[in-house]
Amino acid sequence: MDPSVALFLNALVAGLLIGGFYAAVTVGISISFGILDIVNIAHPAFIILGSYIAYIVNQTFGLDPILTSIIVLPAFYLLGSVVYQIYYVSFEQHGQDALRGLAFFFGLLFVTEVILILVFGVDYRYVQASYIDATYRMGTFAIPMRMLVPCLLSLLMVALLQMFLTRTFLGRAIMAVSQDQLALRLMAVNPVRIKRIAFAISIATASVAGAFLIVIQPVEPSVGREYIGRVFAICVLGGLQSLPGTVIAAMIIGVVESMTSTYYGPSWAPAVSFGFLLITLAFRPAGLLGR
Amino acid sequence: MRTPFFFIIALVVGAAVFGVALWKGGDYTFYAGYVVLQFIVLATAWNILGGYCGYVNFGSAAFFAVGAYCSVALHKFDPTKPLELCLSVWIPFTEIGFRACSTLNVSFLSPIFPLPIPALIVFGGLISGIVGLGMGYLTLRLRGAFFAIATLALAVVLQTMVVNWDYVGGSRGAYIIRPSELTFAGIKLGYIQYLFLIMMLLSVIALTLARLIERSRLGYGFATIRDDELAAEACGVPTLRLKLIATTISGMLMGMAGAPFPYYIGYLEPGTAFGLSYGVNSIAMPMIGGTTSWVGPLVGALIVATLQQWVTVTISSEWGVLIVGLLLIFFVIIAPKGVVGLVQATRRRFKTGEH
Amino acid sequence: MAGQLLEIENVGKRFGGFAALDGINLTVAQGERVGLIGPNGSGKSTLVNCLCGTLTNETGTVQFDGYPMNGLAAHQRTHRGMARSFQLPRPFGSLTVAENLRIPLLYTVNARAHTGIKTHAHTHLNHAQLEARCAELLGLVGLANKANKLPRDLTQVEMRKIELARAMATDPKLLIADESMAGLSQSEVEDIVGLLIKLNERGITIILIEHIMRAVMSFSQRLVVLVSGKKIADGKPGDVVNNPQVIGAYLGE
Repeated sequence: MDPSVALFLNALVAGLLIGGFYAAVTVGISISFGILDIVNIAHPAFIILGSYIAYIVNQTFGLDPILTSIIVLPAFYLLGSVVYQIYYVSFEQHGQDALRGLAFFFGLLFVTEVILILVFGVDYRYVQASYIDATYRMGTFAIPMRMLVPCLLSLLMVALLQMFLTRTFLGRAIMAVSQDQLALRLMAVNPVRIKRIAFAISIATASVAGAFLIVIQPVEPSVGREYIGRVFAICVLGGLQSLPGTVIAAMIIGVVESMTSTYYGPSWAPAVSFGFLLITLAFRPAGLLGR
Repeated sequence: MRTPFFFIIALVVGAAVFGVALWKGGDYTFYAGYVVLQFIVLATAWNILGGYCGYVNFGSAAFFAVGAYCSVALHKFDPTKPLELCLSVWIPFTEIGFRACSTLNVSFLSPIFPLPIPALIVFGGLISGIVGLGMGYLTLRLRGAFFAIATLALAVVLQTMVVNWDYVGGSRGAYIIRPSELTFAGIKLGYIQYLFLIMMLLSVIALTLARLIERSRLGYGFATIRDDELAAEACGVPTLRLKLIATTISGMLMGMAGAPFPYYIGYLEPGTAFGLSYGVNSIAMPMIGGTTSWVGPLVGALIVATLQQWVTVTISSEWGVLIVGLLLIFFVIIAPKGVVGLVQATRRRFKTGEH
Repeated sequence: MAGQLLEIENVGKRFGGFAALDGINLTVAQGERVGLIGPNGSGKSTLVNCLCGTLTNETGTVQFDGYPMNGLAAHQRTHRGMARSFQLPRPFGSLTVAENLRIPLLYTVNARAHTGIKTHAHTHLNHAQLEARCAELLGLVGLANKANKLPRDLTQVEMRKIELARAMATDPKLLIADESMAGLSQSEVEDIVGLLIKLNERGITIILIEHIMRAVMSFSQRLVVLVSGKKIADGKPGDVVNNPQVIGAYLGE
């Protein structure tokens, strides 16, 4: 194969793989920000928290990081409930001052990050698992398993969430909660409870996404900040509340970033998603796939 | 109180603080004091957009860094060498591109270089004001969370550009060699004392400007934007134009606060200039102090920056950020009107108690 | 046409596939009191928003006081003499009642002096004149004693009055009152109707959008009916309410 074609195809595949992982990172934001209208900019910090939990358990017990993240899902769910309860009582209940809610999550982001720095320091941490160093080769293609496993599992997770949201009563109630609270009340469903469950689920996804992250790359506490812009870019690009839209947008961002770092150099890659976000917000706030 | 009168009083207070610092304090007082003053300017600047208009800017660090990097660029600029003006066009993902260069003799600028710090502040303020205006245009129709996220995005885009800009050192950073002292109006002054004095003057200007805006027609207009943009338009308030004015003034002041920074720190790299502490502090300080008047950011910056300096020296800088984060969360939940609001409420309680 | 203040021609607006307004034609003469009624979702609010520049109409033109309004922002229309009150009162929550009235004085009345809009023979108001005008407006709606209160301390009917006073502060030629009386008691409704008629007697043209038929009937000199984005009747109130099409539209709901 022509080397330039091989380079292009490898960049494309790498982009799609990382895009699959981005879907897992963003799906929590798509639920909290897209569906519930809660601007949880602290989400990436929870993801890093997930990474560190996977790291500790992996180091002490040698347990698989992704398996660990699934075991600690209930703990993250609980954490999400608590955060939502504080948010609800302090801000949402009075129906105003979204500005302060934003500052609240901003504070939460930095507090989480700094606590991680104080406990673990700023060194990069990584995990061990059988598939991390393995690579699947096919001609000139090299597909590292540490990318493929998170990508596939992430798509599985998004698919399961999508089924939950569209096929179950609770899921439909979550989708309706931002649009028609009155209808929910008439069906004797408490919107606050529904929102709490949905927000808790969004935080729970951070546990799994965090495990994926530390499988893909070594992690240090401030890595999360790189993801703030990326997840919101993907979420907005995907039309906010649509999970299939999120997956497509995640793939687009992944591919564009991969192409940029292959052809222009990795130092330009962070600007891509943010640039995309700025342009989308300026010219098409409803998102590429939005209404 | 009339504005010129307020300005003079603020100047006198500033001069008094400087005098006390000279008399009682050592160099450390000036190093720490400079940071506190810098945060007074940043917090006041943030509050003009965030507190008065209700638009949350997460990208304060970007404006600060624009000011700082303008100074670095001007510091590195050598007018005796011909200026190379280049235009290059590259088509993405292809090898096709073209580049045209011409040179310009700028040696006539030599007498005024290196520029003094006040000139750098003016220049940095100008450029970051333009960046603020640009941000305003890009985000003209965005509100609430979308605006906040867009400012965050802008910060990262600017940081990436600076990282890739070799002239100012790129990701490696740039060293700024500064004189250890200078003669100012016939008086010998240590450089840090000089920087402190300049930042003091800048704080006085920023506070006077914020207070002036607050009591003017513009301030009323900003308040209507914060409360209800639709109703504001119906009352004849040109909301989009006012928003542009706010982003420009706010960006300008932040850039001015950043302009002397390379001379303060001596070595500037993108990670420092775009550092997290600017973003957090410039939001946290007004929120902790109170966002509705010029007093809030001042009080917030004095409390938080002083505390942070103290914690950084006695424990570590991480604990400094942690405490600011916790204070921010505490205040937005418990005391949404900040310290100023708490004081007002207490005073009111005392008054009604007397009757 | 002489004497016509507002001329709406073929104004249309769609939301997605739904035609909220479908070719509306309407003229309002200087000094008229027009009532605009229609069932929920008939397009009344959309029409108001298109007139005031909050929404942009996709087809048609709006002429006001001889000027085409298309492409003008909401605040520019206010400067030209078009004022509105909102369906739900939207006071500026952080400003006192008097400051609420000060906003249109600063940004419309005084702005006219700068931007050179010749429709009003106004000069710049100085501080004392501003105070006097605020007091006068508060007196007009009977809230002189509430000047320093915050909006959250007001009752429903007082909010509505502030909403009207704030619209009046722009010194308008046309006042569009969007459901100024919903949720008020009988006597409060009469209070507001009386106020609107008093304003009209001062030469202000008024379009009243209202559900409460008693109020509309006692207020209007002319009645316009919108149903599903179309104008189906326009004439004397007595004739319009007996129009079989109008009765059908209301009863068939």
